[in-house]
Amino acid sequence: MDIRSRALEDGRPTLSIRDLTVDFPKRTGSFRAVDGVSLDVWPGEIVGVIGESGSGKTMTALSTLRMLPKRAVVSGSIELGKRRILDLSPAEMRKLRGDRLSFIPQDAMRALNPTMRIGRQVGEPLVLHRGLPVRAAVSRAVDLLKAVHVREPERRVEDYPHGFSGGMQQRAMIAMGLALEPELIIADEPTTALDVTVQAQVLKLLKEIRDREATSILFITHDLGVVAELCDWVYVMYRGKIVEQGSVERIFTDPRDDYTKMLLAATPTLFPREAAI
Amino acid sequence: MMAATAGFDFHRWRLVLLGGLLVGIVLFAAIFAPWVAPYSPFDLDVTKMLQGPSAAHWLGTDELGRDVLSRAIYAARVSMQVALLAVTVGLVGGTLIGMTAAYFGGLVEQALMRAVDLLFSFPAILLAVVLMASLGTSVLNAMIAIGIVFIPGFSRLARASTQAVLRQQYIEAARSIGMSDVRIIFREILPNIMAPLIVEAAVAFAYAVLLESALSFLGLGAQPPDPSWGNMLSTGRGFMAQAPWLSIVPGMAMFICVLGFNLLGDGLRDVTDPHMRE
Repeated sequence: MDIRSRALEDGRPTLSIRDLTVDFPKRTGSFRAVDGVSLDVWPGEIVGVIGESGSGKTMTALSTLRMLPKRAVVSGSIELGKRRILDLSPAEMRKLRGDRLSFIPQDAMRALNPTMRIGRQVGEPLVLHRGLPVRAAVSRAVDLLKAVHVREPERRVEDYPHGFSGGMQQRAMIAMGLALEPELIIADEPTTALDVTVQAQVLKLLKEIRDREATSILFITHDLGVVAELCDWVYVMYRGKIVEQGSVERIFTDPRDDYTKMLLAATPTLFPREAAI
Repeated sequence: MMAATAGFDFHRWRLVLLGGLLVGIVLFAAIFAPWVAPYSPFDLDVTKMLQGPSAAHWLGTDELGRDVLSRAIYAARVSMQVALLAVTVGLVGGTLIGMTAAYFGGLVEQALMRAVDLLFSFPAILLAVVLMASLGTSVLNAMIAIGIVFIPGFSRLARASTQAVLRQQYIEAARSIGMSDVRIIFREILPNIMAPLIVEAAVAFAYAVLLESALSFLGLGAQPPDPSWGNMLSTGRGFMAQAPWLSIVPGMAMFICVLGFNLLGDGLRDVTDPHMRE
């Protein structure tokens, strides 16, 4: 029995998106970036959203965080547990971000403030949401960095981001995302900027976190290999719509939508003949 | 890069050092004026009016027999005080306006930046004179007036720098952990736009010294008998033929001071500009 069918028995998904539509008004008419997307992430589940650039996957993620550009027009419903995200006030939304709901961005190098020490940044959610004094937050950051396997965290919290390697920066971002044990982590291509060996380590780390904390993860990517490695359930997006969904095994062995088939066929492999199945 | 790893890179820092030296001399004279100056700047000696440079009075005496060197040294105090406060007013005011405008955008930005444009459209000295006329003539008001003159420049610089920083992902990341707007402005943006603002502040310092002298020259800044380079020049103008040192000394003092701050500003600009690093 996979995670999804198990979770279905006891009720409520961590994240539930229904008929989400995001429009960007243009001079004439508007551009529909997300078109009637519905998806669920169940407790302890890693859900992949896969699609090419411009397919609306990042817009879907940003809608959940309510971090879309101001001019975007959003409709539909997004529920995190029992909270209706789209109905929250900006202040309520701010309390949710980084606390119940955290975000791991694409490029950790650019997502860390170059003028602030790592420990201070990793501990920031604790200062913001729990009112911890800075020193306590930094000492908590040491534990968090340890949990994501940064070596010598006691020393490393004093470093500035430029002293960290790409993989370590992404670990620091993940540590920051974990600080308050969120219900849901949204990761937007967190491994794209990393080289392959480091990528594998980061994916392993995310899996480990899910197993340890039972956190739900919504994983945005364009990389089928990453999906196969990490996810339990996959949504395939194309031109703002979800064209297919299913368990990873099913999507890879028995793709039904033409776009999904094309996507699978386009993946380079060592054994081209097998890929043609 | 090669020289940087070899330790201190003199070539890269030479302007900063030279500027810093000149500024250091002026600041030292200003801070330690009572110990550096050979005489009191106020002691009259009518028996020694308009005397040329001598062993007793290195840079001569003025029309009331006061020691010109001592007066020039004390005048540095006025200039430095005015420049420091004026630049602070301009830096703080301009940075707040520029960051706010860039961060919130839309109508807020339009309103703030058009107000700044209005200030910018006046010639600096005219704006300062108008402000002095409405505030009254005193050194404190001169500081405020010059500070207001600086606000547009700092606003625009802060706004442009903020816009560049806003495109960075760490701003999005800060928002994604639930940081408030005010906190993002002061903790995330401000530290990342400080470098160009500090460079601008050094250049503004030089300009503030000149503006203060101009206001004093016009009788709007430091009031006699308090010495300032501007009012010394103004007095010297009447004795240009008999006692040229009365004009030359404050003129040279201003020259050294302004040159020092400009070199410091240019040097800092080069040092902090990543494109200038090889």
